[in-house]
Amino acid sequence: MSAVVSTVTKRRSSLLSIVRGSPVMGPLAALILACIFFSFKTDRFLTGANLSLILQQVMVVGTLAIGQTLVILTSGIDLSNGSVMALGGVVMTSLAVDHGLNPVLAILLGILVCILFGVMNGALVTGIRLPAFIVTLGTLNIAYALTRIYTTETISGLPSLLLFFGNTFKIGTTQITYGSVLMLVLYAITWFVLRSTPAGRSVYAVGDNPEAARLAGINTTRVLIGVYTTAALTYGIAALLLVARTGVGDPQAGQTSNLESITAVVLGGTSLFGGRGTIIGTLIGALIVGVFRNGLQLMGVESIYQVLITGILVIAAVSIDQLSHRK
Amino acid sequence: MSLKRIALLALVVVLLAACGGAKTEAPAAAPETAAPAASDQIIVGLITKTETNPFFVKMKEGAQAEADKLGVKLLTGAGAKDGDNEGQVTALENMINAGAKGILITPSDTKAIVPSIEKARAQGVVVIALDTATDPQEAVDALFATDNFKAGLLIGQWAKSAMGDKAPVIATLDLQPGITVGAQRHNGFLQGFGVISGADPNSSDLVNADVVVCSQDTHGDQTEGQTAMENCLSKNPDINLVYTINEPAAFGAYTALKNAGKEKDVLIVSVDGGCKGVQGVVDGQIAATSQQYPLKMAELGVKAIVDYIKGGAKPSGYTDTGVTLITDMAQAGVDGQNSAYGVANCWGTK
Repeated sequence: MSAVVSTVTKRRSSLLSIVRGSPVMGPLAALILACIFFSFKTDRFLTGANLSLILQQVMVVGTLAIGQTLVILTSGIDLSNGSVMALGGVVMTSLAVDHGLNPVLAILLGILVCILFGVMNGALVTGIRLPAFIVTLGTLNIAYALTRIYTTETISGLPSLLLFFGNTFKIGTTQITYGSVLMLVLYAITWFVLRSTPAGRSVYAVGDNPEAARLAGINTTRVLIGVYTTAALTYGIAALLLVARTGVGDPQAGQTSNLESITAVVLGGTSLFGGRGTIIGTLIGALIVGVFRNGLQLMGVESIYQVLITGILVIAAVSIDQLSHRK
Repeated sequence: MSLKRIALLALVVVLLAACGGAKTEAPAAAPETAAPAASDQIIVGLITKTETNPFFVKMKEGAQAEADKLGVKLLTGAGAKDGDNEGQVTALENMINAGAKGILITPSDTKAIVPSIEKARAQGVVVIALDTATDPQEAVDALFATDNFKAGLLIGQWAKSAMGDKAPVIATLDLQPGITVGAQRHNGFLQGFGVISGADPNSSDLVNADVVVCSQDTHGDQTEGQTAMENCLSKNPDINLVYTINEPAAFGAYTALKNAGKEKDVLIVSVDGGCKGVQGVVDGQIAATSQQYPLKMAELGVKAIVDYIKGGAKPSGYTDTGVTLITDMAQAGVDGQNSAYGVANCWGTK
């Protein structure tokens, strides 16, 4: 642990300490600037309804990005999360609709399928010491194929319980989606765990320097398997949110979600080399993407420019991060 | 350190709340926007499957031209790739928030988009499907599309006549499972060819016959079309007639056949009528194709929505936007036009 502490101290003492001291400042500034920009450009942006919509649109990728952040903090990467989510979503909807299973049980089994993939990812990364990139590239294809083998049909006519997180409640005149609240709660829990528990600190330690962590008495294998499994749990919850948001079990879903979740993590200032980053940064990263997509759409700009801007933002975010940490 | 983080978190929450509370500031900024009297202006949304496919580019052109003519604002959006339902849902929600009272959509996933369309219609938005029917078709107010079954039927009838006495050995390079357009063209082709009968013209399930020795999914993509054709040739080298879901898949098939030295012995038929595709007919790579008219779909769609908002009748039912067989090897008894007509009426870049 002492190694970790010393790197933290070292980081603090160098130049650009403003950015370094509070890593969410950069992303936060970008988010606020984007909000200001769009509120000047279209009078429909700054309304409670629209901001609530952005949150609702971000909830699926935002939840996936929680798991992705945990994995990236350990200097891993998870390419499989989108297809694991699609599989989980198809399993829970098909069990409930085609097999008439109790919806709660169907949801739990869908999430369980996702968790099994997490255990598999974690076991392969630690057991055979394969790079996370390779392991999750493999499980991406396995989950994708299993989804298609399981069903090629979109599953509709879902019981209301599966749609619960797509429902809304009112604060004043603004409708808030339950799923958005769930996502924010998950962020709060993750933030607390990463900040204030030994388990959370060992995630950073393993990502920063696995050898030092091991010498400090941390069981790195257990931490890594725990991280991949917890991450997969968030993918299972994301599956439930996706089902609730779109109202169907869609075997074609999630094909670009892996890159979208990585984008959110990177925009949020988390280092792809592990050990450094914050979960709040990821939430801000996900919101930046959502705000740009929504704002440009309201302005009537073609959606291809949203992709262009996301690309530029990613490069900018990583460049700023890289420059501010150069010795 | 920990206090600092908490302060930051609080800052985020406060700023987000401030974002919502700052609404009163917005009207002052309103004159910045180009749109005069934003609340009165009619807004129409167009959501295509992708941004890049020339078919949808042409559709957008048609919609923009009509919107300019009628003095309404057009918003456009698309999924990240073909089959991206969530991306289309996002675009749909954003457009409704932007104040669109009518939406034109080419559904990427004909079944998965239905709950979101129902939500939109429940809010009083009129939704018209372009090019691709939803499943069920009644999920939208109206459908403006090519009769895809007829498009298949035409190339089937043509191929039957062109093959003459030769025993057919057929490969079908399809779209992907469970999509109406793919099944309608495929089933129409086989019915036109006379190897199946009584197929349901609205089904999303592929029907097959014994003479079809190989069926592969291509997602309408040229590279996948080539791979699919190579696999089909490995399976049965005697294939002499290839049906393709669209012209990119047809070009992929042609490349595979050419690499195998078989391009002279095999007829390729297709559907679309894009400018590159029709050029393929001119060059003799594609024997015949059914041409459709995306520009017309979009034009009619925008007009129908604007008419309705201005107090006219609500658009409903199915409007056939027409299909023409394009070939330079005309067959007696099968209506069609030559490639010169096809070039004159094609969509995409010539």
